[in-house]
Amino acid sequence: MPIEILMPALSPTMEEGTLSKWVKNEGDAVKSGDVIAEIETDKATMEVEAVDEGVIGKILIAAGTEGVKVNTAIAVLLQDGESADAMAVPKAAEKQAEAAGPKVEEAEKPTQQGSAAAPVPAQPKGEVAADPDIPAGTEMVSTTVREALRDAMAEEMRRDEDVFVMGEEVAEYQGAYKVTQGLLQEFGARRVIDTPITEHGFAGVGVGAAMTGLKPIVEFMTFNFAMQAIDQIINSAAKTLYMSGGQMGAPIVFRGPNGAAARVAAQHSQCYAAWYSHIPGLKVVMPYTAADAKGLLKAAIRDPNPVIFLENEILYGQSFDVPKMDDFVLPIGKARVHKKGNDATVVSFGIGMTYAIKAIAELEKDGIDVELIDLRTIRPMDLPTIIESVKKTGRLVVVEEGYPQSSVGTEIATRVMQQAFDYLDAPILTIAGKDVPMPYAANLEKLALPNVGEVVQAVKTVCYK
Amino acid sequence: MAPRKTASTSSRKTAAKPAKKDFTGGTIAEFSKEDDLHAYREMLLIRRFEEKAGQLYGMGFIGGFCHLYIGQEAVVVGMQLALKEGDQVITGYRDHGHMLACGMSARGVMAELTGRRGGLSKGKGGSMHMFSKEKHFYGGHGIVGAQVSLGTGLAFANKYRGNDNVSLAYFGDGAANQGQVYESFNMASLWKLPVIYIIENNRYAMGTAVSRASAQTDFSQRGASFNIPGFQVDGMDVRAVKAAADEAVEHCRSGKGPIILEMQTYRYRGHSMSDPAKYRSKDEVQKMRSEHDPIEQVRARLLENKWASEDDLKQIDKDVRDIVADSADFAQADPEPDASELYTDILL
Repeated sequence: MPIEILMPALSPTMEEGTLSKWVKNEGDAVKSGDVIAEIETDKATMEVEAVDEGVIGKILIAAGTEGVKVNTAIAVLLQDGESADAMAVPKAAEKQAEAAGPKVEEAEKPTQQGSAAAPVPAQPKGEVAADPDIPAGTEMVSTTVREALRDAMAEEMRRDEDVFVMGEEVAEYQGAYKVTQGLLQEFGARRVIDTPITEHGFAGVGVGAAMTGLKPIVEFMTFNFAMQAIDQIINSAAKTLYMSGGQMGAPIVFRGPNGAAARVAAQHSQCYAAWYSHIPGLKVVMPYTAADAKGLLKAAIRDPNPVIFLENEILYGQSFDVPKMDDFVLPIGKARVHKKGNDATVVSFGIGMTYAIKAIAELEKDGIDVELIDLRTIRPMDLPTIIESVKKTGRLVVVEEGYPQSSVGTEIATRVMQQAFDYLDAPILTIAGKDVPMPYAANLEKLALPNVGEVVQAVKTVCYK
Repeated sequence: MAPRKTASTSSRKTAAKPAKKDFTGGTIAEFSKEDDLHAYREMLLIRRFEEKAGQLYGMGFIGGFCHLYIGQEAVVVGMQLALKEGDQVITGYRDHGHMLACGMSARGVMAELTGRRGGLSKGKGGSMHMFSKEKHFYGGHGIVGAQVSLGTGLAFANKYRGNDNVSLAYFGDGAANQGQVYESFNMASLWKLPVIYIIENNRYAMGTAVSRASAQTDFSQRGASFNIPGFQVDGMDVRAVKAAADEAVEHCRSGKGPIILEMQTYRYRGHSMSDPAKYRSKDEVQKMRSEHDPIEQVRARLLENKWASEDDLKQIDKDVRDIVADSADFAQADPEPDASELYTDILL
């Protein structure tokens, strides 16, 4: 039987990529381990190696094809004695185990990719409210979150010599998630600094530099690793201004991917929004769209206070409209009404928005008109915007991926209950991740995360429908 | 006076120490009359200040933790002599002496200890958390070892800005076992950062003797894995400290990267005010006081060289006592911070 060679996944979150180059041609013999093609994602270019021996019978996807979904058959490998003439037209992949395996440690079986990546949303369907911070008529450019973050850093580094970026693999590797791509080339090794794998130490070095007035951007490869550095973040960065009676603080940004990616299990899948939001002296930002990522990161870099900037790996590759402006800076501490509505208020932030957006589209079909608020900043929290909405709708559901106890949602629920009790027509419901360490198995992981159905049900419940 | 041998040094293995050979270490700086008078006055100010702080603590004017620097005065006074404008200092929680040596006002420090509005941190920092941008003093840190990474960051900033300032990161023999110290050593050496790591080995991390907590008790060699040179210094002799400081500052300023100075010193008082002192004998303390006291060494030298008379020294003592008494009066009379200060200085 001819063997189908499938488009491999190069990372836990990859869904598609570009087949940039064929190294072998039709008719070429290959042995296992031979490089047969190169594929490219927005994160990396990787070689595809043959797993089986044979002759390339037919190339199904031409070099240069973009948007090739993981798991698509890209070529057919003929075994001894098989002829290209006898080759059947390949059907959809069924035996992924035989797919060519990339040289990526995190690569996983493509079958599971679909279910693991289920939380990844389509582009927003509901009518998106205009952002008051973007002047009407501004030209919009489709940009990924990853590019928006990079652009924000590059713009601020051009603007201010005191801004520099440090972290693991930010320079020569171009960023573990390619967020710092190109910065080394533009700004040089003095300002784009690869650190050893020592989060505690380099967080402290960053804070020390910030205390002298420099403006470091400290990238954590993920915020899971920042737990090693949390003492410097909280005890040194957040408290120095107060402890010094206002004499010196730390104008520093700690940024990196936060929360669950896909299939990386308990130690790599955790949302820190609630953790850092607990601390006076910190600002905590968690954007969803690329425009917010750009405008808020620029604001964070300029902010004289320590800012925790929580990104999400799954969102990095998603594209959104970003206004083409010379200097697009958004205010920290202001929520954005993502969609106006009258029947119920849903508040979310970061990747939580993906569930909320899908849910409100479904609810619209049932005639429930939801107002969706993207919190954007967790601390300081824009409670007035939430309360204004609750006064109109009388109902509130909060959606997030973090753990349920002492969550951002419970904080919002408490404050709304205290400050807008008379406006509530139903108990506030909170949708969060389940109260368990993140499991690895695809089905369990899906169960541990919130889902659209839960959000839909919660909104119906508060609407008594 | 013969160099002091500590228990740790005498039990030390005589392994080859390649890092040391570039440094003379153990040398004694030539002190002029002015140098000795300056050192005497500075050390005496710290001693009298700390004695007064201890007294005010006992009277209930100072709360919380209060870690006194008595016995270790030569370290910070000697180091400070080698610095120039813009060089930064950062230390841990035993910080009163460092602040006085940096030129921060006795009133400001004492009023911070009593939690008053005239304190250096407006009463919001307390004994362990004081800062002075003006004097380039970056704290005052209560988390053991945190100041080592932060001090490395100060040096990073100097290098980034291209100035030739150095940063002094002080920490104790206890902090020397913290993980982030070694993370910082690695980066400082890798990036050739101008930082002097001053390990104030006062023989006890709280109540734990060095030999009970440290597998390598020669702290000057703690940078060996990172190619950071270091040497041991008689931290009870201000001239030895000054000589070491000069070498270290020259090393850092000339772009050669970090260096470690192990200051062999001794704290007379307890770890904090509530120290039961069960871990060492009274004789041990008394022996250090009577044979190695840093202030008495200078005093004897001043008299011997006829650089000062008993009356001259009495006058210095009186001047210092006046400063300390004034700071204590101020710190007791100054009002507490206004209640509105609770919510200031959290964010800019």
